Amino acid sequence: MTHSTEIEPLYGLMAEFDTPEALTAATEKAVAAGFKKLDAYSPFPIEEVIHALGLERNSLPLRVLIGGITGCLTGFAMQYYASVIDYPYVYGGKPLNSWPAFIPVCFELTILFAALTAVFGMISMNGLPKPYHPVFNVERFAQFASRDKFFLCIESQDPLFDEVKTKAFLGTLKPSGIFEVEP
Amino acid sequence: MATTPDPKNAVKPVTYIDTSAHTYAGISDKITDMVLKRPIGKGWLTGLGIGSAGLSLLICAIMLVLIKGVGVWGINQPVGWGFDIINFVWWIGIGHAGTLISAILLLLKQQWRTSINRFAEAMTIFAVICAGLFPILHLGRHAIFYWLFPYPNTFGLWPQFRSPLLWDVFAVSTYATVSLLFWYVGLIPDLATMRDRAQKKFAKVAYGVFALGWRGSAQHWARYETAYLLLAGLATPLVLSVHTIVGLDFAVSVIPGWHATIFPPYFVAGAIFAGFAMVITLAVPLRHFYGMHDFITMKHFDNMAKVILATGLMVSYGYFMESFFAWYSANTYERFMIWNRMTGPYALFYWALLLCNFLAPQLFWFKKCRTNLLVLFVVSQFVNVGMWLERFIIIVTSLHRDYLPSSWNMYWGTFWDWATFIGTMGLFVTLFLLFIRVLPAISMFEMQMLLKQTRDREKAAGGKH
Repeated sequence: MTHSTEIEPLYGLMAEFDTPEALTAATEKAVAAGFKKLDAYSPFPIEEVIHALGLERNSLPLRVLIGGITGCLTGFAMQYYASVIDYPYVYGGKPLNSWPAFIPVCFELTILFAALTAVFGMISMNGLPKPYHPVFNVERFAQFASRDKFFLCIESQDPLFDEVKTKAFLGTLKPSGIFEVEP
Repeated sequence: MATTPDPKNAVKPVTYIDTSAHTYAGISDKITDMVLKRPIGKGWLTGLGIGSAGLSLLICAIMLVLIKGVGVWGINQPVGWGFDIINFVWWIGIGHAGTLISAILLLLKQQWRTSINRFAEAMTIFAVICAGLFPILHLGRHAIFYWLFPYPNTFGLWPQFRSPLLWDVFAVSTYATVSLLFWYVGLIPDLATMRDRAQKKFAKVAYGVFALGWRGSAQHWARYETAYLLLAGLATPLVLSVHTIVGLDFAVSVIPGWHATIFPPYFVAGAIFAGFAMVITLAVPLRHFYGMHDFITMKHFDNMAKVILATGLMVSYGYFMESFFAWYSANTYERFMIWNRMTGPYALFYWALLLCNFLAPQLFWFKKCRTNLLVLFVVSQFVNVGMWLERFIIIVTSLHRDYLPSSWNMYWGTFWDWATFIGTMGLFVTLFLLFIRVLPAISMFEMQMLLKQTRDREKAAGGKH
């Protein structure tokens, strides 16, 4: 629900914490309170926070597996086509499809495709590169989120979001500061 | 019931960071300040001067090779592989320690990797750049180097997929790509920190572009950690495959001294051996000049020295097995080859190699030596030289006296061979100095993670009593 003010609705409300333990506790409470659209920000990955948000599993490993298999098949197909179909040339008395000799290239392409999938998959699934994001409008966030402060943001998209009530809720988590995140 | 722990049985857990002396902010500030606040010093400038002198020499040497051809080098019949291949194998081997530290030690949950992985990965990339130059220059017809790659062409020709030299093309280019990606992925969160800490507009934008708008979201961290772990899992077999294939370049041929099944594993051990020596070579001055004593501790050096000792023994096993196989095979040419190595015109090099790679690392049996920076540095130099000699011995002594005595000849590097080799060292030094000047040389977010994990562990241990 938007309030009487005519300005654009907020991106969300953000609370600042001093320790990873405080952020973990706050995240757990916010999830228990039923918030769905929330995110925790920290200078380094915190296992407990990832656990609290239920983010342990993602589809990246499956994508990497598919990438690796594609690489292997590409490698074999390329070598088979080159050595058997397009340019059949008997060399060293070996059969045209001398598959044991094709293993190294298949292996390297498996790794190459899988690694490319892992990196670009992670970047694209994370929605990066992102030149602009509202969280950086919070001065404290822009300065300290990558250094030693920990932030929890409840987004206005959340069905339970209400500027006054959510702010009061964040206040109960004993943060060292609460900020409105301009869109 | 309260019991006093028996001091004999109490095992003090090894920690790689002092939890009472560090804070999250402290780690972050110390590492960013090395780049953002520290003025350009005389030492750094001198180093860069030396590095760029070497780089200039390299450029001259490359120009000459491009203009006049590989005839300016000492290679000829019967020694067609000389400094180019020696240096290629030497550099690529050095690179492997970086991958070992960043990937294999991550999978083995070795916490001591954390403060040394970033610059070791940088070392890998720079070493691969140096290594990659040599085979390309050795091609002779440099303008058509792309014939190495399978691409659709009007000749209707394909590269020879059954040749280890082609496998090398795939292995080394994949290795370079994956090492670069691994390094960059590790850098993204730290680049975001640099972006947030930088004061100057240009620095802010430059770091910001490469940080991709990283904001430390838990959603991102979750996928990031998955990707990082998967990359480590992929880089581990990759690094083993790369040096295995380099070993196969030799082992698949029928030259006595090359045609040995032990080559792939013995090359991999040699690569790790050489790489750790280079990590120590870089870590000792880096730690000294940048005051990183609390990040790179003596325990790190102790562990690295143990790795050098272990891989040194594996390499030595390789040397003894080579001799044993030559004798046990009862093959005239094999026996001649090993006898020629030990007593022929290059015998001095062979015995120097054993001194460097077998005898010198034996000092690391003693804790006093493993924790003495001078000994560590000197032994590392022995290993660096020894591993170069190893490749010289393998390549040159196997080729210079082959089956036909009438074609025997000696091989020595010419001035331009040395210029190219020393030039790549200049390139390496230049790149490394630029790296520590513009990028965080220690992974900040991983150090902070280490601090949190160590604190958690200490809290858990403290809670039990």
